[in-house]
Amino acid sequence: MDRIWVLAEQRDGEPSTVALELLAAARSFAGTVGAVTWGSGAAEAAATLGEHGATKVYDAGDVGDSLPGPRVAAAIAALIEAEGAPDALLVGQTYDGRDVAGRLSARLDRPVLTNIVGLSAEDGALVSEHAIFGGTQVLKARFTGESPGIFLIRAKSFAAEPAGGGAPEVASIELPDTGATDGAKVKGRHEEERSGPQLDEAAVVVSGGRGLGSAEHYALVEELAGLLHGAPGASRAIVDAGWVPYSHQVGQTGKTVKPTVYIACGISGATQHMVGMKGAKNIIAINKDESAPIFTIADLGVVGDVHTVLPKLIEAIKAHQ
Amino acid sequence: MNVAVCVKQIPDPAGELALDPSTHTLVREGKLILDDSDSYGVEMALQLVEAAGGGEVTLVSMAPNNETSGLRTALAMGAAKAVLISDEALAGSDALGTAKVLAAAVSRIQPDLVLAATESTDGYTGTTPVQLAELLGWPAVTFAKKVEVSPDSVTVQRQTEAGYDEVVSPLPAVVTVTAGVVEPRYPSFKGIMAARSKPVEELTVADLGLEASAVGAAGARQEVISVQAAEERKAGEIVTDEGDAHQRIVAYLEQIKVL
Repeated sequence: MDRIWVLAEQRDGEPSTVALELLAAARSFAGTVGAVTWGSGAAEAAATLGEHGATKVYDAGDVGDSLPGPRVAAAIAALIEAEGAPDALLVGQTYDGRDVAGRLSARLDRPVLTNIVGLSAEDGALVSEHAIFGGTQVLKARFTGESPGIFLIRAKSFAAEPAGGGAPEVASIELPDTGATDGAKVKGRHEEERSGPQLDEAAVVVSGGRGLGSAEHYALVEELAGLLHGAPGASRAIVDAGWVPYSHQVGQTGKTVKPTVYIACGISGATQHMVGMKGAKNIIAINKDESAPIFTIADLGVVGDVHTVLPKLIEAIKAHQ
Repeated sequence: MNVAVCVKQIPDPAGELALDPSTHTLVREGKLILDDSDSYGVEMALQLVEAAGGGEVTLVSMAPNNETSGLRTALAMGAAKAVLISDEALAGSDALGTAKVLAAAVSRIQPDLVLAATESTDGYTGTTPVQLAELLGWPAVTFAKKVEVSPDSVTVQRQTEAGYDEVVSPLPAVVTVTAGVVEPRYPSFKGIMAARSKPVEELTVADLGLEASAVGAAGARQEVISVQAAEERKAGEIVTDEGDAHQRIVAYLEQIKVL
């Protein structure tokens, strides 16, 4: 493959982790790796993108109060018009990444492969890997139509690693006016207070599920996560029930986590949850039901009531510290 | 305020799921149910129409075999009517093909707002609503955790990595809602009875003026190469709590140097 482009989200000059992961993948398949970025700080992000393997950075500039989806997709479409289509476009499956990929797909009339967890090259084209049925099976797929293939890739599918690349060539690209599709405007940005690390970056994740019994008992999960300098997570069941916000959800429809240790509290282990956490180095599960599927993948399984085990565990760790 | 809700009827996720060995698509035989993820969009639509003081909720769905049982669930919740696009040519449709069909259907309905889940439970590509918006030439706000409408705009709290953005969009627009955004109501007995006689308009691909080659497996332009068993993670030690399991966890955390 000659050219692969990566959609590189950045914030204040710092590329997102998934962008760096995708660059590591891209440079293993193609000699020319382009990174499409935008927003204030994009110029500062270029150096880091170069270190991670981008040979050329396309800076679309500040999107202002627009949502990135329509205009960044239009910018990529214009770039393809000008320079020809790359063999593949790799996009991280983030909130904005999905918007850009979806918009671009419809604009170019090209399909998107989604929820990719691995890539390989076969006969000069990229083959995507997808974890299906809770990660019990791996499905491989490829595009059969015209390039570019749009690949939406889940975070943590590759390891980000600097490649020792030099300063990339930086080209400014235009951010086209897309009219009505750009009608939605951001009026305010709110950061939620978080005392610990981000869920998908944390070395320790403590998650709660339906077995906690009620929303109030989620405080035990938060306390344990805090003591271990980790992040609290959740199963889909308790997010659907409104106990905790969607941002806490681990699994197929939520975040993929690969911490040093994952502690599942009152989580039975639905396939849709396990696909998001079975990549953890160590898994500890506490559940009343000894036949819960979570025990089939746990390194340490405790058959017991979270309401008695968790308070004792919290006290023991406090004493330990 | 007329709201269209994209809903999907899926095989029960609690049941045994399988891929067709020849097409590698999900086996959709037997009864399909309303995707749980869609119940939030239906509930949100009902609440928005009520808050606006008038209008109705229309369901839009695509299914290979004229399946309506999932639609009846959403009609029983209070939606006024449904449009079901059912056609053999749709088998094997990908997200973009689905979006083309939904866009043609939405153009007929001409709602003020389209709601959808952030992603379906079975396919979970999460791209269809945005593809739909692009095909319609509309703005879209994805990952809504709160939605309010005025006669000509929609205000959304949109989930971000750091927290949320407050986003205002003119109408018409597409909005995707996360689970837990509202509490879906249970259909009442009266609602279930009423749903039986609510109109479900069934359309084919030709009715929508679409080419069969643009949708279904033909339009997907992607293929499954193989499906293999993943490397299995082995179960470790299982202990039954007899009052001291917490000590076993502490020892494990020490062993892996987390403590």
